[in-house]
Amino acid sequence: MTDSSNFISFNPTESKDTRSGFGAALLELGTTHPEVVALCADLTGSLKMGDFRDAHPNRFFQVGIAEANMISMAAGMTIGGKIPFTGTFANFSTGRVYDQIRQSVAYSEKNVKICASHAGLTLGEDGATHQILEDIGMMKMLPNMTVICPADYEQTRQATLAIADYEGPVYLRFGRPKLPVFYKTDAPFEIGKAQKLMSGDDVTIVATGYMVWEAIKAAQILKEKGINADVINMHTIKPLDAKAILDSAARTGKVVTAEEHQRLGGLGSSVAQVLAENNPTPMRMVAVDDSFGESGTPTQLMDKYGLNADAIVSKTLELF
Amino acid sequence: MSTQATPEICSQVRRDIVRMVHAVSSGHPGGSLGCVELLVKLYFDEMHLDAENFTMDGKNEDLFFLSNGHISPVWYSVLSRRGFFPTKELATFRKLNSRLQGHPATEEKLPGIRIASGSLGQGLSVGIGAATTKKLAGENTWVYTLHGDGELQEGQIWEAAMYAAHNKIDNIISFVDCNGQQIDGSTDDVLSLTDLGAKWSAFGWRVLKCDGHDLDELGRVIAEAKSHSGSGVPNIVLMKTEMGKGVDFMEGTHKWHGIAPNDAQLADALSQLEETLGDY
Repeated sequence: MTDSSNFISFNPTESKDTRSGFGAALLELGTTHPEVVALCADLTGSLKMGDFRDAHPNRFFQVGIAEANMISMAAGMTIGGKIPFTGTFANFSTGRVYDQIRQSVAYSEKNVKICASHAGLTLGEDGATHQILEDIGMMKMLPNMTVICPADYEQTRQATLAIADYEGPVYLRFGRPKLPVFYKTDAPFEIGKAQKLMSGDDVTIVATGYMVWEAIKAAQILKEKGINADVINMHTIKPLDAKAILDSAARTGKVVTAEEHQRLGGLGSSVAQVLAENNPTPMRMVAVDDSFGESGTPTQLMDKYGLNADAIVSKTLELF
Repeated sequence: MSTQATPEICSQVRRDIVRMVHAVSSGHPGGSLGCVELLVKLYFDEMHLDAENFTMDGKNEDLFFLSNGHISPVWYSVLSRRGFFPTKELATFRKLNSRLQGHPATEEKLPGIRIASGSLGQGLSVGIGAATTKKLAGENTWVYTLHGDGELQEGQIWEAAMYAAHNKIDNIISFVDCNGQQIDGSTDDVLSLTDLGAKWSAFGWRVLKCDGHDLDELGRVIAEAKSHSGSGVPNIVLMKTEMGKGVDFMEGTHKWHGIAPNDAQLADALSQLEETLGDY
């Protein structure tokens, strides 16, 4: 793999929310892709879809608090060549509309982009009703579905642009909190192609979404302890880049996964499946352990539920 | 290809339906038999389409969505009789490796099908989405959808109804198969729909009513709906039908919603339905 300093910065100066990366890219697509349309279920501000709405009012569809109608309508809009992007919170983008996605989008192979903000615990104070931690699992189980969980503002922007040019159903997961923008604007992004951000021979850390920056921080702490980590950003959970996992695991012999999601059915279980079938490797998973979240600040919650750099470090040390 | 909806086509479609479900001892004959006239009317008289050159996008064509996908036998028969695919393929209905899945699906690429249906309540939203795309394209075409009356118990139907009226989706004509029956019994017993006309009217739709077994009446209500083109009001047709229509022992009961006739029952049914176009 390439030298990651070409496309990421280890000393980022700016923090932004990933949802704003989505909003910025959607506005770009408004100009570059006339077939792109957007639907939103009464969360235009939260999803940062307002700029697209204002620039292209005839291509923006406010559906109200009616997510099932939104998903099936989006599926219908593809008939005739539109590329619909739906926007609401991750909870309402998946669990609430699973049957609509399954039948009208995934099984019917419709070119719908399900764009989901406020995923996971970092939603914060709203609490467990809104903090979905099961969405990656639900969506990756659907045949024909691509599942993407980008790492920062810039990568979310690039992923949003990329899915417009990909033909087929996509689930794009992002979030509410601000976090360091460590990807450079000209960084490469290819659906299904993992990115190695740090190189080391002692352990492989595979992270997705919000946890990628935490994984970088963890690797820096581990380095001080004499442990050198391969850090892989698995921004696409399905299709999974099995080769990136197996190549790294073959060298390091130890794998740690990190995600803002349940242990059951998330990135970790996908990685475990690949390893178990090809090269059984000692593993640890940093994830939520079969529980719901609660109210709190994002940082408090990530501390309490063990989703941060320190948690990655301690799980890694269990393997030594 | 110039076509015309006739009672002869309807009779053959009914034969196809009972033969298809009998052959695999499964499927939904009751609702299928009740919607024969509507589908024959739409596909042979009303819809602008190109059966021989089916495209998923259906640009500049009228579109039909079957929301109550379990009555797939009537749709498959009408599609094949209209020339979308060979009638002999009806013999593969519900069998392994068939394009004619138990409920309509797109994965097998059967010409005429543009989205999967079966899990109820989604087709109105799909139709509204497709109608919206046609409006964006500036087309002067129509989108038709069909729903069971029992299906209206699904909440998503009313989300879609609200959306269409608010957003003036007036290039859609939706039909409700008002046979008053669902799997567990009559709709009045299971979960009463009460005054459907008042409900749709309150949701902002133009409510039309007709006898769903009368080809001329169907033509009249469709013409009336079309005459309001550009009005900003979506159209719903409450179509009075009889489940099992055309086969006396299947008529008017929920018992034939989802079961197939045995050999003797098939013979009895076919004796009541004239073979007009040749069995598949």
